Amino acid sequence: MELKRVYEIVEKYNYQRSSLISILQDIQTEMNYLPRKALIEVSKSLDIPLSMVFEVATFYKAFSLEPKGKHKIKICLGTACHVRGGAKILDYVESVLKVKRGETTVDLRFTLETVNCLGACALGPIMVIDREYFGKVNINKIESILKRYQ
Amino acid sequence: MSPLLNSIEELRKLRKFLKQSRQEEKRGITICTGTGCRAWGAMEVLEELKKELRDNEIEKNIYIRSTGCHGFCERGTLVVIKPDMICYTKVTPRDVPAIVKKTLIKGEVIEDLLYEDPETKKKIVHENEIPFYKFQTRIVFGENGEIDPNRIEDYISMGGYEALEKVLSDMDPEEVIEIVKRSGLRGRGGGGFPTGKKWEACKNAKGKEKFIICNADEGDPGAYMDRSLLEGNPHRIIEGMLIGAYAIGSEEGYVYVREEYPLAISNLSFAIYQAKEYGLLGKNILGSGLNFNLKISRGGGAFVCGESTALMASIEGRVGEPRAKYIHTVEKGLWDQPSNLNNVETWANIPIIINNGADWYRSIGTEGSKGTKIFSLVGKIKNTGLIEVPMGITLRQIIYDIGGGIPDGKRFKAVQTGGPSGGCIPEALIDLPVDFDRLQEAGSMMGSGGMIVMDEENCMVDMARYFINFLQEESCGKCTPCREGLFQMGRILNRICEGKGTKEDIELLEDLSYLMKEASLCGLGLTAPNPVLSTLRYFREEYEAHINEKRCPAKFCKNLISISIDSEKCTGCGACLRVCPSDAIRGERKKVHHLDKDKCIKCKACVEVCKFDALIVE
Repeated sequence: MELKRVYEIVEKYNYQRSSLISILQDIQTEMNYLPRKALIEVSKSLDIPLSMVFEVATFYKAFSLEPKGKHKIKICLGTACHVRGGAKILDYVESVLKVKRGETTVDLRFTLETVNCLGACALGPIMVIDREYFGKVNINKIESILKRYQ
Repeated sequence: MSPLLNSIEELRKLRKFLKQSRQEEKRGITICTGTGCRAWGAMEVLEELKKELRDNEIEKNIYIRSTGCHGFCERGTLVVIKPDMICYTKVTPRDVPAIVKKTLIKGEVIEDLLYEDPETKKKIVHENEIPFYKFQTRIVFGENGEIDPNRIEDYISMGGYEALEKVLSDMDPEEVIEIVKRSGLRGRGGGGFPTGKKWEACKNAKGKEKFIICNADEGDPGAYMDRSLLEGNPHRIIEGMLIGAYAIGSEEGYVYVREEYPLAISNLSFAIYQAKEYGLLGKNILGSGLNFNLKISRGGGAFVCGESTALMASIEGRVGEPRAKYIHTVEKGLWDQPSNLNNVETWANIPIIINNGADWYRSIGTEGSKGTKIFSLVGKIKNTGLIEVPMGITLRQIIYDIGGGIPDGKRFKAVQTGGPSGGCIPEALIDLPVDFDRLQEAGSMMGSGGMIVMDEENCMVDMARYFINFLQEESCGKCTPCREGLFQMGRILNRICEGKGTKEDIELLEDLSYLMKEASLCGLGLTAPNPVLSTLRYFREEYEAHINEKRCPAKFCKNLISISIDSEKCTGCGACLRVCPSDAIRGERKKVHHLDKDKCIKCKACVEVCKFDALIVE
């Protein structure tokens, strides 16, 4: 990861401490996660303690301190998907990929995440891989869907 | 040519011109490209449509308007042909050539794409005749279907920024606050605090500067009306905030949006850019002397940031932890300055109230709750979607007249309102009029307007567990009652669902609930016990069945059910065998299959695929 980009991002926000969340969001978008080195540089450039950067980076769900897989699977566990069996879908994907929610497969192919509502409740239960929506998923469909991303 | 408008007069002229050109529009087609329809593939339909118009060389005569959410998400992608208002549902790219050749060119209606009334089996041609739309009052949400959110001209041509014009030319700030107060508008974000009163308090508070904020951190799972308003009609929110800025005396505003709403962020950013170009944001707006700037602040995915003090901490770039509100945010909020926070739907109501007057607005709704409310009707319901109804409508009208009832012939059991802090309302209360006060009396709340319908297969103890787990994950951990209380409640509910509950557990849940309701720091903890208390109030017998008889009446909780194969019904088709993830089913083709209960993980995949009802869940 290039630290030069971190400086550019911090500069874009005029070294404003109040932009810490936006800065971290931009780094995360670019790097896929928040590398330790980047956090240290952000703390130095904004002149705030590393503990505070770390506090923000671990408080908000949008941030990850670990590298993510090539494909991001999001399983919706919002209430509407829950009543339509979202948890069952999660259980099944976990058993197929042999990871728990929040984890990345050993081959770095998939990261399995859950979300609290994608706001496409008509399609529940929903699974999203990268940007593609799979609506009204059931256990039968899952393996063939995952195969497309192998 | 710069589109900058220097005076109210120039805005009036522009609107007149745009209204005129809109009236001259001939045949056209609107397509919903909100997040819901995009998930159905609306963007592919749109591309196909553009291509087909080009191929038929009619792209100059027929306009395409790509709009925000129309609400009927169940039937996406939605397409409406203007001016006839022919409504096509479930449109796919394959349908496009026929739509162009038959409907747009020849004016013929394609029967197959029309909505069919499930009762009468009659095809319905026009949007407003479909039961889902017919019983709604769409004063806030209705324009979504008429506006391309990326064209400020569309909004202005529909009468946009007229309320701002009125306020700037004829009213002083006190009059504006008076109208909002008299309208009876209450905050649509959950609390239901009178909006006008909040504005007045913020106006009267002393501070170096004042901030106004729009809360678009819509975190309640199953609720997405704020997103659809921001995505579909962002200028309405900007106009509402401009009026608030004028009334309160603020020059800077923020919209705090969830990062999970990329389309809302991009449409709003573009709307802000356009409003600046037109001189509707910035310095000396329309030559009136009003200065107002609006910024977007992206949330980081923390439910607690919907709470006002946590939200403001997050805008400041800090961790979103709430603080005690001995001093209200209208006095000391963002950067310790007086700050007025309202949610998206509340802001969207403001221009309507100014344009139509307080008396008109008061005529809609009930004694204590005026106007309309947008709900997201989701879960076990035939017509999933966003609906806007007058306050005071009954749950029965919402679920059966608009929602079309429960799918697959199942029985209605309960509806959950108010998000994770709300409660479950049972079938016995289906004639309850829906407004702020009635919902509270029933042990639930309005919240931001999620309505999750449940049928007989949903276990109410599991629902309580679901919400408590959700809140436990989202609790910021600052105060002990919320952090530890939710943790303990989660443990107890897990225990009950696993069939290990004890007789004392119900009492313990109640004790913890009352403690949290008394001692938590912010709204999240104070209302967190509601899902438990409301299910205990209406479905106590389900808790008791789990605890005393080790039985889940809804046949949902894994540890309390077992699955077996009915040898009389099984045809040996092998469908269940193929889907079973744990190899628990054995059997030769065309012979009765057997299920090994030790291997079975009770995922019910077999139950879903069996066409012969041969799998028994007990």
